[in-house]
Amino acid sequence: MKQYETVIGLEVHVELATRTKIFCGCSTAFGGAPNTHTCPVCTGMPGSLPVLNKKVVEFALKAGLATNCSINQYCKFDRKNYFYPDNPQNYQISQLYLPICHDGWVEIQTSAGKKKIRIHEMHMEEDAGKLIHDEWEDCSLVDYNRSGVPLIEIVSEPDMRSAEEVIAYLEKLRCTMQYLGVSDCKLQEGSMRADVNLSIRQVGSDTFGTRTEMKNLNSFKAIARAIEGERERQIELLEMGRPVVQETRRWDDNKESSHAMRSKEDAKDYRYFPDPDLPPIHISDQWIQDTKAQLPEFREEKQQRYQKEYGLPAYDAEILTESRHLADLFEETATLSGNPKKTANWFMGEVLRLVKEKGMEPEKVHFGAKHLADLLDMVEKKQVSAQNAKRVFEKVFDQDIDPVVYIEEKGLKIVEDTGLLKSTVTRILDENPEPLAQLLEGKDKVMGYFVGLIMKELKGKANPAGVREALADEISKRK
Amino acid sequence: MAKIIDDETMENVCILAKLSLSGQEREKAKADMQKMLDYVEKLDELDTSGVVPLSHIFGNANVFREDVVTNGDESVAMLKNAPKAKDGQYQVPKTIG
Repeated sequence: MKQYETVIGLEVHVELATRTKIFCGCSTAFGGAPNTHTCPVCTGMPGSLPVLNKKVVEFALKAGLATNCSINQYCKFDRKNYFYPDNPQNYQISQLYLPICHDGWVEIQTSAGKKKIRIHEMHMEEDAGKLIHDEWEDCSLVDYNRSGVPLIEIVSEPDMRSAEEVIAYLEKLRCTMQYLGVSDCKLQEGSMRADVNLSIRQVGSDTFGTRTEMKNLNSFKAIARAIEGERERQIELLEMGRPVVQETRRWDDNKESSHAMRSKEDAKDYRYFPDPDLPPIHISDQWIQDTKAQLPEFREEKQQRYQKEYGLPAYDAEILTESRHLADLFEETATLSGNPKKTANWFMGEVLRLVKEKGMEPEKVHFGAKHLADLLDMVEKKQVSAQNAKRVFEKVFDQDIDPVVYIEEKGLKIVEDTGLLKSTVTRILDENPEPLAQLLEGKDKVMGYFVGLIMKELKGKANPAGVREALADEISKRK
Repeated sequence: MAKIIDDETMENVCILAKLSLSGQEREKAKADMQKMLDYVEKLDELDTSGVVPLSHIFGNANVFREDVVTNGDESVAMLKNAPKAKDGQYQVPKTIG
């Protein structure tokens, strides 16, 4: 059998985390009642005038610079004409002729090593409304809350060869956008969407095969399955001597198969032309320089620094930098506690465990770094047992309580009062004459029993080594 | 010489514009469109070799608004523009996504 190679390019839509829409002052908040975030502009009423949200340009510029793009310092918007009820203007405002960013790249890491994926261009555009089908009246209902929400579309070159590379690329984009704070990039909620352009060719060939475009991919798993499914479908066609038709296909993840949405007969003809309502954008050298200066430290740089500066293993550095928010919190705690390694262990163990257990977004974690640093300090000084510290931390995590005050109030502080420890030991021994007799006969196993009883009596405030010492001391007196 | 508007072009334009024209209407539109192209062709007489392409009609640039919410819930007023509405949404003929 012939050996085939899969050639994949991606069109990724990223919803920008602005407060308002791209051309009007309507809120972009997710989940509002239908059409409560709409106005004449985003519903395409005649005579309404769009005015560009400056933040959209700032975010697109950041995204472009962070992915090594060149910037079109003179750029503008074009109208992409099509008729569909999700688009009340009958055109989408987008960028065709002079997109804001072009010719960039990102580096991905897969099991085969590092690879550069080139970005053809990145442009700004508006999202469309949402259509739902109404079974009762056999009609469609439209909600324009998403209409006019700003997007950037990132178009890659056909540089990917496997699902693994595609997912590494998407994860790279997602991480970059999250670090920049320009988008939360949630596939499930649609704030990051990927269309997959895929063709196959015989290994060694330098021409491309006919490609198809796949839509409706809303998880990394669905993307991986869709790529595998489409590769097999195209190979099967070629093996049977039939051509691959250039078309748009919709992936059905439940059926694990795709079907044609649009064929070549009504191939895209969007009759783009410059939007006369929107003046062009001039991005000065100064604007670019200022934006560059604001770019954050990205994940790779952080990983390197954690290894060098904090002496953390590569694995820890990788885990700790997955979310920029948690990385920032970790760094703040590490600085306050003065013990990066212990702080890292606590984050990898307790913080991430709670995030996972509670099914939380890492961005929603909001305890004060000082509170965790104080708790770690008490653990270090053996003022609280490791077990109690974990319980206290859950309170810090949930309600951001002050652990020092809490430990004091709940009496969880380890007893340094030797008087109390001694009197408790004496009392417990007196109250349990039989086990005491066994112990005096030399049955050392009973020792553990007494340590347990005393610890329980002191509610974990004592450290076991101290209890053991006080106990041995008392026994020797009684022998 | 301007492009000739032939039947195939007419067919395509009608599909894109979602227009269904009768034979007579189509012939009339075809003749009109041909006249438009011939009219614009007049510009070809000018030598524009030294002229920078105009990508926008405005001389100004960078007209922005700040990212501040200025609009509240106007859904009731907005939906008055809908030919039909249901459950706070615009009701349209059945479409497949």
